[in-house]
Amino acid sequence: MEPTQTVATRSPGRWLILLGILISALTLSGIAASPAMAEDGSTDEPSSEEFEYFFTGNVTFEDEPLEGVRISVEGGGFEAETETDAEGKWTIGVPEKEVYEVTLDEDTLPEGVVVAEGEATIDAEFGLTNRKAVNFFLGEGQRVTTDIGAQVLIRLVNGLNFGLLLALAAIGLSLIFGTTGLSNFAHAEMITFGALMVLTFGVDFAVPIWLAILIALILSAALGWTLDATIWKPLRRRGVGLIPLMIVSIGLSLAIRYVYQFFYGGSTRQLPGATIPSDIHLGPITMSWIDVASMVTSIIVLGAVAYFLLRTRTGKATRAVSDNSSLAAASGIDVDRVIRIVWVMGAGLAGLSGILWAYFRPGVSWDMGFQILLLVFAAVTLGGLGTAFGALVGAIIVGMFIEISTLWLPSDMKYVGALVVLILVLLFRPQGILGRRERIG
Amino acid sequence: MIDWIAIFSNAAQELISPTTAAYALAALGLAIHFGYTGLLNFGQAGFMALGAYGYAISTLSFGFPVWAAVLVGIGASVVFALILGIPTLRLRADYLAIVTIAAAEILRLVFTTNTFDALTGSASGLQGYKGGFADLNPIPAGTYGFSPFTYNAYDWWIRIVGWSLVVLLAVITWLIMRSPWGRVIKGIREDEDAVRALGKNVYSYKMQSLILGGVYGTLAGMIFVLPRAVVPANYQTSLTFFVYAILLLGGAATILGPVIGSMIFWVLLSFFSGFVARAVEAGWLPFMSQVQAGQLRFILVGIAIMLIVIFRPQGIFGNKKELAFVK
Repeated sequence: MEPTQTVATRSPGRWLILLGILISALTLSGIAASPAMAEDGSTDEPSSEEFEYFFTGNVTFEDEPLEGVRISVEGGGFEAETETDAEGKWTIGVPEKEVYEVTLDEDTLPEGVVVAEGEATIDAEFGLTNRKAVNFFLGEGQRVTTDIGAQVLIRLVNGLNFGLLLALAAIGLSLIFGTTGLSNFAHAEMITFGALMVLTFGVDFAVPIWLAILIALILSAALGWTLDATIWKPLRRRGVGLIPLMIVSIGLSLAIRYVYQFFYGGSTRQLPGATIPSDIHLGPITMSWIDVASMVTSIIVLGAVAYFLLRTRTGKATRAVSDNSSLAAASGIDVDRVIRIVWVMGAGLAGLSGILWAYFRPGVSWDMGFQILLLVFAAVTLGGLGTAFGALVGAIIVGMFIEISTLWLPSDMKYVGALVVLILVLLFRPQGILGRRERIG
Repeated sequence: MIDWIAIFSNAAQELISPTTAAYALAALGLAIHFGYTGLLNFGQAGFMALGAYGYAISTLSFGFPVWAAVLVGIGASVVFALILGIPTLRLRADYLAIVTIAAAEILRLVFTTNTFDALTGSASGLQGYKGGFADLNPIPAGTYGFSPFTYNAYDWWIRIVGWSLVVLLAVITWLIMRSPWGRVIKGIREDEDAVRALGKNVYSYKMQSLILGGVYGTLAGMIFVLPRAVVPANYQTSLTFFVYAILLLGGAATILGPVIGSMIFWVLLSFFSGFVARAVEAGWLPFMSQVQAGQLRFILVGIAIMLIVIFRPQGIFGNKKELAFVK
């Protein structure tokens, strides 16, 4: 079984013809092959003849050409793929003279052959000419990912990591929902904020990374305080309804997101250490120190939040407000103070989640929080709106489900599965896994 | 020196542009959902995507004539509304919000993925579906109008069809909201339980409203893609938020609100973007680049949504008594 195989293979004969046309077009330099392509009817393909720049290569193993090895090119919003012909040759045209990621799909190599030197993905850049040869060095070896059981295990660990970082954001969102009734769409921007602050201090100001993370967490918590003090508390005082509040949070989310883009631009940047190699091997699982640190951090912080909610006075007060805020107020709990604490805590947790998400993706970009916002909502809904521990369970399920579903779903559709599950849960158990029936009113 | 005439004429062109008509239609659909029924549909971008793709795919891949392609789009959005409505219309309002936003994202991801590239054109989208619509054009070829409204026959044809549709659907909406059906719908917004106590099937009325508004959104999606190509990146959630901004600006529970709101929104946005872009060009705003100037409009829309909801929740045309916000 080849679970990662998602694109239907094309017949090698057709590719042979295409490549033949391409090669002749190249040698005759400038004679367009488009009429022949048009007859072929493959206008839906990102076909090579319309481009000026080409990546080429020759895939051989022990001097034998390998046929049908899939090569893909990605970069600058452009994607294309091809397969090697009977002589092991391949050519892909690209629109611009940029840096592209050229990937050799190891699943299409014969049994026992892997990319021996370097990675199966190469960053390729054009020199002075408009052709660039990209070569992969193949050797004998076994890929560890062939076994389906091992694949599931790897995805589960990845999914746990992802689920834990989702849980950090989801608990904050759930507590805010529980105490104030607000479905806070601007939570996405609180997630992004943590990562952006680490980027600002750790990279731009070159502060040591541990200090940068600490500063980012403090600033995230401060953001939560500020948002509650300047926007949400005055609106609660005015008695604005929950739906208008939610729309305000949507407007806020849109405004803050584009403020980020205004100042940080649309590019993706890396945090220090985000690209360190995965050199911890546990059976079939390979992880980097960052992955381990990320999971350990999440577990410790989630444990601390659980302790806070279950054992401390303020935590108990938080749950009381979440349960019934009028009753809590009548019992002498300062509801506004509890809500303020929840905002500070929720924003801090969201910031931490954003930092871990920046390492998990990897990369920091202006809309990174918005990319996972719906997954956080899915986690909260799955667990039961307003229940902190439900959010934890929901997040881990969503994280694992997304990673496991990549065994069957193409990677650009992996979030679809989680969102479909969200809709199904609402159909069959709208109160969520740990929610109570009366909450859905 | 700033070219004020270009700024003003670009802004004036937005007044009758097909994009403005498309947003007006989508906002009119949302007015039925949100303004009249109290349904928080955050998936209007999904309905618009279904219109665009339903029309383009059935024209390109199956060679359907225009009327059949339009019916395919409408059919798809009815099915989509049923799928959304069945699990959520019995639940509290914010559940519908989360589900609709998720469903619209599912649609966008499905339209973007490489898996269905042959049908959807994946990230690069679709084009070349305009032939059938252009053939229906009764206007002889040529250029008509006066400055700044000078367009060729096809551009006038899109504008005429788009705005006729806006007028037609606005009148239909006005009529049905005065009908017994409309009174029940507004009753549901005000107090669902009271309407249920009168023996009305609230669930069924909500579903009809969701379908009707969704069909408006689908038609909006078709008008939206006639002057441009179908690109999946256009159907992100921010599209829905823009439509909400228009609706709230004009007034949620009004007929004229979405239409005039769309005109005001686009004229102001075009004026603002044009002014900032040229001011940057002229060196008036040295701290800002051209790209950053383009992002200002989104920040502005976000802030506008917040301010309208807080300070004038009934919008420009709305009646304070008919606030249109569920509890």
